[in-house]
Amino acid sequence: MKNYFGVKIMPREVILDTQGRAIEQTLRLNKIPVDACRVGKFIELEIEGSETDAFARATEIAKSVLHNPLIETFEVSKLLVSR
Amino acid sequence: MKKTAGKIGVVRFPGSNCDQDVYQFVAEKNYTPEYLWHLDHFDLKDYLALLLPGGFSYGDYLRSGALSARSPVMNSVREFANRGGPILGICNGFQVLAESGLLPGALVKNARLRFIDDWVNLKVENANPFWAKNWTGDKMYLPIAHGDGRYYAPADDLKKIEDGDQIWLRYVENPNGSLLNIAGVMNQKKNVAGLMPHPERAIFDWMGSVDGWSFL
Repeated sequence: MKNYFGVKIMPREVILDTQGRAIEQTLRLNKIPVDACRVGKFIELEIEGSETDAFARATEIAKSVLHNPLIETFEVSKLLVSR
Repeated sequence: MKKTAGKIGVVRFPGSNCDQDVYQFVAEKNYTPEYLWHLDHFDLKDYLALLLPGGFSYGDYLRSGALSARSPVMNSVREFANRGGPILGICNGFQVLAESGLLPGALVKNARLRFIDDWVNLKVENANPFWAKNWTGDKMYLPIAHGDGRYYAPADDLKKIEDGDQIWLRYVENPNGSLLNIAGVMNQKKNVAGLMPHPERAIFDWMGSVDGWSFL
């Protein structure tokens, strides 16, 4: 069975999010301001196997490779369809 | 073959681009440089030291240094570090060492969004027992070239680094928003060190500075 997971990675609040700040400035210049904008990443993983095992592996991968705990947080979610 | 002072390994990742400069620097200092390819494991027993050069390994994909930090050669590098062998990471090499956990903290995007290519003055905060150990000058003048050079560590870690005398180099004028003006750090044992500036680009008069010459 094929499983699809999404890993959302966001910079921690304490980290200056330079990309988010650049977007905020551009939105302000275009008169469509927002109070805040933060930029993270979304990574899709496709893993063969039982859902429980696959989820555990996706979480392990997100924890040990895809995010850096000093500067980022992550969330793993199951995706019904890949894309 | 000319007899030299010993072997120094230069670790090469796909996208390293200061590897030849570092190799040349090692040779100029009368050591024998040897490239270490990222996909291989090495028996590093008879190496005096390891250098991780700058560049854009893996195109900075995921995070600067993140993918390189998880490549096979890093197991050998880690073993070498655990045995107390001296390791120096320059620029991207520093990012790789931070990502691999061999050095504390992380390097994040420069505060003012831009890639910076410039010269900086540095102060040696705590001398390193291997790298630039004979430096006696006041300010070191070295070039920087980085987009992700802002040193960051959580407040608790930062205090530990400071209290443990692990801050190696500080910028006199902070170019990138680094916390505590940190330009270079060391691990607790001080055998692993990393810095964002490029000593190998400042070893001859015609380069604009010779302050890098003292690093080896």
